[in-house]
Parts: sequence; C-alpha cells; structure tokens
Amino acid sequence: MTFYRSHVLVCVDPECLAKGAHDVVDALQDELIVRGLIDEVQVLETSRIGACSSGPEMMVYPEGVHYAGLMTDDIPYLVDEHFLKGRPVQKWILSGQKAVDEELAPPRQKEVRIVLRNCGQIDPENIEDYLAEDGYQALGKAICEMAPDEVIEVVKASGLRGRGGAGFSAGKKWELCRQVEDSPKYITCNADEGDPGAFMNRRVLEGDPHSVLEGMIIAGYAIGASYGYIYCRAEYPLAVSTLNIAIQQARSMGLLGEDILGSGFSFDIEVRMGAGAFVCGEETALIASIEGKRGEPRSRPPFPAVKGLWGKPTNNNNVETYANVPQIILNGAEWFSKLGTEKSKGTKTFAIAGDVKNTGLIEVPLGITLREVIFDIGGGIKDDKGYKAVQIGGPMGGTLPAEYLDRQIDYESLLQVGAMMGSGGMIVMDEETCMVDIARYFMEFTQDESCGKCVPCRVGTRRILDLLERICDGKGVDGDIERLETLCDQVRRNSLCGLGQGAPNPVISTLKHFRHEYEAHIYEKRCPAKVCRALIRYEINPEVCTGCTVCSRNCPTEAISGERRKPHTIDPEVCIRCGICMQVCNFNAISVVSE
Amino acid sequence: MTMELIERDIPAIIRNAIEEHGAAKEALIPILSEINRKLGYIPHEAIAELKKQIQSPEDDIFVSESHLYSLASFYHMLSTKELGRHVIRFCESAPCHVMGGRELLKAITSTLEIKPGETTPDNKWSFITTSCLGVCGVGPVILVDEDIYGNVSPDQLPTILAKYD
Repeated sequence: MTFYRSHVLVCVDPECLAKGAHDVVDALQDELIVRGLIDEVQVLETSRIGACSSGPEMMVYPEGVHYAGLMTDDIPYLVDEHFLKGRPVQKWILSGQKAVDEELAPPRQKEVRIVLRNCGQIDPENIEDYLAEDGYQALGKAICEMAPDEVIEVVKASGLRGRGGAGFSAGKKWELCRQVEDSPKYITCNADEGDPGAFMNRRVLEGDPHSVLEGMIIAGYAIGASYGYIYCRAEYPLAVSTLNIAIQQARSMGLLGEDILGSGFSFDIEVRMGAGAFVCGEETALIASIEGKRGEPRSRPPFPAVKGLWGKPTNNNNVETYANVPQIILNGAEWFSKLGTEKSKGTKTFAIAGDVKNTGLIEVPLGITLREVIFDIGGGIKDDKGYKAVQIGGPMGGTLPAEYLDRQIDYESLLQVGAMMGSGGMIVMDEETCMVDIARYFMEFTQDESCGKCVPCRVGTRRILDLLERICDGKGVDGDIERLETLCDQVRRNSLCGLGQGAPNPVISTLKHFRHEYEAHIYEKRCPAKVCRALIRYEINPEVCTGCTVCSRNCPTEAISGERRKPHTIDPEVCIRCGICMQVCNFNAISVVSE
Repeated sequence: MTMELIERDIPAIIRNAIEEHGAAKEALIPILSEINRKLGYIPHEAIAELKKQIQSPEDDIFVSESHLYSLASFYHMLSTKELGRHVIRFCESAPCHVMGGRELLKAITSTLEIKPGETTPDNKWSFITTSCLGVCGVGPVILVDEDIYGNVSPDQLPTILAKYD
C-alpha cells in the first residue's frame, strides 16, 4: 500500500460538478505533478461534503481543512501554499479547521440524522468505510439471529412508514407480502425520485449506497424474496454508477449473492435505469417499466404485494424507507419510535429549495414545525423578503400560507390542511410569487407527465391548465373558479393512479388559501404579485427619471419615448413587458405596476 | 454524422447493446437507451433492426415494431426525432422556475431563436425541456449534452454556448 502524507477529497456530487469540480480535480492532479507532489498527496473524488452552494468543495486531511469555492485558476496558488508550504489558505476555508458537514453545523442543530448520517462522512465507493460505521451488522443480526417474522415485528413496532409519500406502514406492507403463498417474490426499491425540488434520495444513493442495499437484503429475508431491483431514474447517472460499485463490493464480500454470511439465505440486487418518466415513481408503473414496458400504472387491487413484478408478489419501498431499516434492526424498534409523533415515527429528510437562505438537505424528527424548518434551519427568506407560502409534498402536494407555519410536520397533520408529506420536497416562496402562476406551473408539469392511459387525468389536467393559462393571461371570466373546482374534484376522484388523483392538489390548495389572488386576476385584471405578464405594466416615475435615454436605447420594441434630459414614458400598447428597461435604469425610476 | 455511416453502424450498435443487456423483453429500455446514446436518437431503421435481431420465437420473445415505437416515444430521455449536434436540456422544475428559470428560458429561446422541442436550422442546437435534474440547490440548471451547469444567469449563456462547436 502506498502512503500519502495528505489526502484531498474533492466533492463530485452533481452540484459541485455543475460548478466545475471535474476541472478542479484535473487541475489539481496536473499541478501536483508539476510540483512533484503527486506521490505525496492523493486526490480522491467523494460525495457531497458540504452545502455546495459556493462552488467546488474539498476536504484536506489529515488537517481536516474544508475549502469551498475553488476554481481551476486558484489551484496553483493553493498547491503552492497548502501542499508545498503547509499553510492552509484562509480565504477559501469554509468552517474553521474541523471536518464538519455544513448541514450539521450549529445553526442546524434541530436536525437528527439517521438516513443521512454517513453521507459525506464516508467514501461511498469503499465498502470498508461503511463496515467501519457498523455497516452490515444489522444484516448479520437479522439473518443469523432473527426469524423473518421477528424482523417484520421489529419494523412494525418501530412505526416506520413509507417515505415515498403515502406513508403506509412498512412492517405491515412486508407482512402482507410475506403472507402471500407464491414464489418467487421480489423486492423493488423506488429510486425514481421525480418530484421537482426533491433530491434526498439521490444524496443517499450517492453518499451511502450500502445502507439502501442492506435495507433491501433485510427486507428480502423478511419477505422470502431472493432478488431485488433498484429502479433509478436516468437523470441520476452518478447514483447508478455508485450503486453498481457498491453491489460489486457487497458481492465480493459475500454480503450479496449465494448463502449470505453462511446463513443459507441468498439474495441479489440489480439496478435498472429508467428513461425519464415521472409516472414511473408510481409502483405499478415502476413495475411495468422494469418489465420493459411503457411505464403506465394499472388499477389496484391486486396490489403488488400479491401480484407485482411478472405477476409475482413484490414489495416496493423507496430509498429512504430501506435506508432506515438497518438502524432500526441494530438499535431496536423502541429507539426509533422515540423520535417523532404518536403516529409518525422517526425522521424525515427534506430538500429545501426556493427563496430560502439555506437551501439543501436536512433530516429532522417528524413533528417539527414548518417554522422551525424554514426559519431556524432554513435561515428564513432570502433578501429578507416576506414569507408567502411553502409548497410541500411535490407537484401533488399543497401550498401552505403563513398561518400554518406552526403546523407540525407529520403525515396526518399535513393531509388535514390539504398538503402532504410526499417524498420531502419543500419549495419556499417569497411575497413576490404569484400563486396562480405557481398553480399553473404545477399543472403544466403534471399535464406533461400524465401518461395518458386514463381519461380523467389526460384530459382533465389539460382542461385545468387551459383555465389557469386563461386566468394568467388576464382573460379569466366569471365562473372560472367554480369551473376549476368542479374539474379538480372530478380529476381527483376518477383518475387511475396517484398522479392523477393528486394532480389537482396545487390548484385546490391555492384556491383554498389564496382565492383572493385568483379573484384579483379574474375580476380586477390585476396580478397582486406583479408576475403575470398580461396583467402588469412598466411605469417610469417622472420625478426620478433624469431623461438619460438608457431605457429607450435598450428597449427592443421602441416602446419608450421622451426627449433627452426630460422624463420618458412607456407606451403600454407597444411594450412587451420584457423588463430590460427596469434592469438598465441607473436611477430606479422604473417600476412594475398591476392595477 | 452522415446517414450512410448511421446505416452501417446500426446493426453493430444493436448487436452490442443486446449482448450487454441481454436478449429479453425486460432489457428493451436499456437497449433503446443505448441506441439513443450512440445515435443521438432512435431512427425508424433502428426500430426495425432491433425487432429483427431480438425477435426469437424459439425463446418466446415476440416484439412488434409498434411496441418498440411505443417505448421510444413514451420515455422523455429517448427521442424518435433527429436532434442537433448539441442538446440543451433545460430543467423546468419548480425550484429552477422560482430561481430565475423563466428569464433563462427566455434568454435561450431568444438567443437560439428556437422554442423548446425545436432544433436550429444549422442543426447545431436542439433545445428541450426536462424534468428535475435533482440539483435544485443551484438552480436554474441546464444540461448541455453531458455537462451540467448550475446558477446559470442569462448573461452567462453566451459563454456556455461558446464552448461547443
């Protein structure tokens, strides 16, 4: 084995890649060769180590220095200072001298990490790192010391519920599948994380793939299955390659394959890559896609527990559910059920995105309030603007205004107010967001993703979208709100699968909480948030305008007129509301109005 | 890539893909993805050729061209239309939408003078929208071929596009 005096771990998760992490790795290698340090300093690629918000991040060991925001041009200086002269470069150091994952830092102390505990802490491509963190101990305990029924009892007693969104008891699901007398049985893992704004499963797959594999093997043992599939979306190529490496390593150690740990139990796992279809996150569509068909859902019952993959009993859970299982087996049901509320146990990962200061991933005990998540952990609204709403539960979820900030986050309490847990996407919106536009946006998404099999969803989502577009275009008429309500109700009640049944939710919840905005669009032809283009106007304040002519020179449609050094005016008939004039004005004389 | 070259390559590409993923109905999506990756899209000739190669009544594998076409047209990552030399995939998900995605979309359509789903007349660029790419912390995000770009503002667009020829 070669010994290095220093190890550099460069984060190559997609966010850092988007900022040029690969170029940084290459530059680092090149520079180390030039300086003759390549035999002393090892450069490794690793998963996420921080918030990744300020550019490529790296950890330097043994010092444990955490750098962020380094670009390729900075590398020669860094190598010169840090690796040659031994002086860490203060200006790029993120959080002092210690190896701290930003998301665990003090301002985020309300977090409890079970699923994310290893992410960024271990090398996901090295099984020994996982083994050192008690990895595969739960598997040994389960298959060597426990009967399958005992495993199911523990999972049931822990209160673990499906983390994919619906929240069905995982233990009960396993029990149902175990009871079916048919073979072979299959395990599927839903890694088709398609909700816009949700990326917690990606991080688990990329950062701690073995926890998912271990959970699946335990589930296979409990149910009596001998084969498992991970259905991963095509948009996550890195997750797929990390998983495949993990599977190889687990096989080579006898943790996957024939006669695992000499117990007589055999189980193997294969990764199946999707090809881009949101509806494949629905379990029957997912099964159809693994079988090589169009990913279209079918009606249930029979449930996959009875007739799933190739007509055989199949247990399907999502990434996060499986990742919880090893810890539950290891620490016991009671340990897990101490966290959370009466009916919603454990923790949940959320991906916070949108107009919030700290975007990124968090894992919190269920029962925490929205306020704690958005303001204490998320740091509040960006640029100190006002809070308007949070969209929780993905495109089938709901939008909650300020009066629900003190609502506890658990399966039931979210459902009561028209939102849902979903897979854990949380999009925070500030006061400058138009809720009709947001509803239109989500309908556009579900309309596009509707697989087209059943009429209520295929036609209904289109009709709802048409109405919303009409309202945003300022052409809404009296009765549109009622028409929307009827349509939403019909689509919700008559669609075949969860996609169609949930599709109207963003409209229903914005209608419930922000009805006045719909009314303003329809009756007053006004967009209160000043977003909908057909309903806004740009105006020049004659008191402030200096007549510098910058706006008129930049206007693409020559809508601005006025003499030099005299206040200018905008002709609303010619103006296309592109907003360029407002951007180029040096005196803040131009504003948006909607009246 | 000229048509001639594609025609010559198709049977070999399909043979390799079947070898890698297996001759089975359940392998059709990985095989089609492979074809799409190699050719940039799935031409009709490839569908006919795949049917010819994978059909095997002895092994109980029956596949129709219409089934293959229904798969190729169902999944977003597969294309039945020929795309430009470079493909810009624009993430149209909500976090990108609220973080300046609208402005970026406008900038792309006006710079390239094409709408989503279209290809420029010189066949250099295709512009398509995609569902969430899962890098929501750095929205708005675009994927140019295999390269992902985050925090893209309209004024960065020319620099990014200039990297490709």
